[in-house]
Amino acid sequence: MSNDPMAEIKASFFVECGELLESLQDALTDMDEGAYDNETINVVFRAVHSIKGGAGAFGLDALVAFAHRYETVMDEVRSGRLEIDHDSLKLFFHTADFLADQVAAARDGLPEPDGSEACLQELEALMGDALPPPEEEDISDFQPMGLSLDLGISDAEFGDFGLPPQLEDMPDESAPWSLTFTPSSALYASGNDPTHLLRNLRDLGEVVLRCDLAALPDFDTLESQHSYLSWHATLPGELDEGDIRDIFEFVEDVCTLELTRTSQDARAETTEFTLPDLSDLAPLGADPSSMAESVEAGPAQQADPAPDTPAPAETPPPAVDPPAAKPTPQASPNAEAPGATVRVDLERIDRLVNLVGELVINQAMLAQSVAEAGLPQNSKVMTGLEAFMMLTRDIQDSVMMIRAQPVKPLFQRMGRIVREASAAVAKEVRLRTEGEATEVDKTVIERLADPLTHMIRNAVDHGLETPDIREAAGKPREGIITLSAQHRSGRVVIEIIDDGAGINRKKVLEKAISKGLVPADVQLSDAEIDNLLFLPGFSTADQISALSGRGVGMDVVRSAIQALGGRIAITSEPGKGTRFSISLPLTLAVLDGMVISVANETLVVPLSAIIETATLTTEDIRSLGPQTNVIHVRGDFVPLYDLGAELGYRAPKSSYEGGIVLLTAQDNGERSALVVDAIMEQRQVVIKGLQQSYGHIPGVAAATILGDGQIALILDPADLVHNASGRTRGLETALAG
Amino acid sequence: MTQDTSKITSASEVELLSFRLGEEEYSVDIMSVREIRGWTRATPLPHAPAYVRGVINLRGTVLPVVDLSVRLGMAPVKGDARNVIIVVQMGAQTAGLLVDAVSDILNLPRSELQPPPDLAADSAHNYISALTIVEGRMIRVLDLASVLPEDAVEAA
Repeated sequence: MSNDPMAEIKASFFVECGELLESLQDALTDMDEGAYDNETINVVFRAVHSIKGGAGAFGLDALVAFAHRYETVMDEVRSGRLEIDHDSLKLFFHTADFLADQVAAARDGLPEPDGSEACLQELEALMGDALPPPEEEDISDFQPMGLSLDLGISDAEFGDFGLPPQLEDMPDESAPWSLTFTPSSALYASGNDPTHLLRNLRDLGEVVLRCDLAALPDFDTLESQHSYLSWHATLPGELDEGDIRDIFEFVEDVCTLELTRTSQDARAETTEFTLPDLSDLAPLGADPSSMAESVEAGPAQQADPAPDTPAPAETPPPAVDPPAAKPTPQASPNAEAPGATVRVDLERIDRLVNLVGELVINQAMLAQSVAEAGLPQNSKVMTGLEAFMMLTRDIQDSVMMIRAQPVKPLFQRMGRIVREASAAVAKEVRLRTEGEATEVDKTVIERLADPLTHMIRNAVDHGLETPDIREAAGKPREGIITLSAQHRSGRVVIEIIDDGAGINRKKVLEKAISKGLVPADVQLSDAEIDNLLFLPGFSTADQISALSGRGVGMDVVRSAIQALGGRIAITSEPGKGTRFSISLPLTLAVLDGMVISVANETLVVPLSAIIETATLTTEDIRSLGPQTNVIHVRGDFVPLYDLGAELGYRAPKSSYEGGIVLLTAQDNGERSALVVDAIMEQRQVVIKGLQQSYGHIPGVAAATILGDGQIALILDPADLVHNASGRTRGLETALAG
Repeated sequence: MTQDTSKITSASEVELLSFRLGEEEYSVDIMSVREIRGWTRATPLPHAPAYVRGVINLRGTVLPVVDLSVRLGMAPVKGDARNVIIVVQMGAQTAGLLVDAVSDILNLPRSELQPPPDLAADSAHNYISALTIVEGRMIRVLDLASVLPEDAVEAA
């Protein structure tokens, strides 16, 4: 696709950055919940470190510089020299947000985001004067281990994963270094070559190198993809540890590295190689053809390329148990084992989804023709067809699941919104998320971001009270917003709950009346008042804050949700808080519809738009104008539309008595009644776009293919009513006829 | 070829698919024809112009069908088993042309194509890019771009 191979690698780096930022957020959230253990801190450190490493490789200097300074501070935390408290955590979050901005800026080639310097300075201020400047080596009182690993800040940046101090003997400063380097198969898989590393090592100074063949099995049992070799090197004692570790910086996740000062016992057991011979050593398993394979074989070998998993997959080979290899992710409390993943072009998935859609339609057609052929129920064809039907459904579900993604990244974005919003209005807010692993169609997630952002801002701005008021009401100063997702009967339900003051119904009603949205003498139930929030142009904040209240309000949220085939509901309890529930379809590729017929045409109406169905009686129908009718449903007058007439299939009927109507709800809560000839069935239909092949048709959302191979149009009742004439009176019959 | 197959290009030979509409004979450049299908009932589209017969299911895609006869200002194609739908592609757009019957495939030197005379009284000539005579019959070469439904028409 691209002429520039680097561009592709770079693109995948940014994808990885996204994952790293996600794990960074996760770990910070864990810390926020009180997990101050080394593992969690390490995850934070490692995420920042890996971003720095990758950015360095691409020469993204601004990002490197930023990540480096963040990393330095995190290293202080890791080494226990910096206490974490609520405020510093807030700063860490803040910096993580900036880091995300930096990554985005680097990706899009934009200038550095404003304020990152200020943020860093604030962060670095945490380290305070009590701490020595980072460049000074600190063989400190805290560190009984002295030289062995966490030599000091500058060294710690390179590679070691910050184990709790190891109690080791303090060897002599000038004792030669002993290095054991055991590459894992992942090292080869990610295209690294130990030869280069060892050559670099040689360039440092006089090196005695031995290759350890002990793990090498017999030729018969040798697995070409497996890594068996390790190297022992003895390096001059005057070398700097940092310099040595530097060489291995980018492979540290895929090898085990042990670096210690030796006492003089040599541990030579094996064949000796001198360095020049290395060029003859074909790197094991690293021939290009097998590389790709072994990357894909990731799950089996746990051999994800290093930056892919922020918590490096620990390698199976005979680990020497050096301290540097220890901090495996497993220990981390919330770490779910990183599943093996494959990145696939979205287009391919969509193609697959389409094909499966075809399969479903074909299967339905086949079933119909078999049924028409009048075969007995227990015939082989029938039973085979039934099995086929089940399989098709399973395939369809599985394929839909490919497009599904956890809502977690979306929720994490909301975490940031909460932080920014609460800072802007000086409120103390904590975001709780539940059900982050809930999976929803990718498109749904993408299109949910804006409405959700809006609602979260609203919750912070309008929902929660200021800390003082909360305190006065006997609540904790910190308000809590809960964002949850769960699957419920084939749909996904996302809830935004705040523990604020609840909706001030009196105020809402006054506002609605003053804005002329409802008549002054209107009688409304509590629920109806709550729903006034969804009216266009409604904004309750007394002052228009920078945060929300720009006039685009909940009505926009509501139409965005409805465009996704979703519904939104609101419940509120004074003094306790407000809850918004969004119910969404799991996918946009299929839709639950009611199949109806009008003027011999078959149509599908989305089930989500239908409130109820009814049969009309004479008493229900009242004429409104010379050409229009309304029907009387439980005390409300609802305009009547003849679907057949509105779609131009026929002229309005002379009488609608005994007709079947679908009651539908519109964006603004208004209802309308659509007359249909018959309701045939309820079923899932595969959505086929009309837009591409033909263009937009008023009142029609899309099309689908029915079991008989015919195309049926899927209606968009809101759009239909919007464009409708409303002619339902016999008077027109003559004119239109 | 992928650009605009309906326009006559400089190649010396041209291959045309000829078909019948009422008593008249028309043709399209065969390079723009994807397939020919038997008649199937189309699902009518609301608010569509009269020449848009509706949409049919072409192996899972929704294909708009144009009644070419109506489009050219003649009586609608009856719509029975003898009628066929010529599936044509122009750029990214695919559509079906409902015609009475397909008659022939013609191989002609490009030089035998003549530009249509400019007769203002006849609106149909807008849809014709060239004329030719084959065995004494006059055959019109359709300008596909002008007969396919445009989005702008439908959006209104």
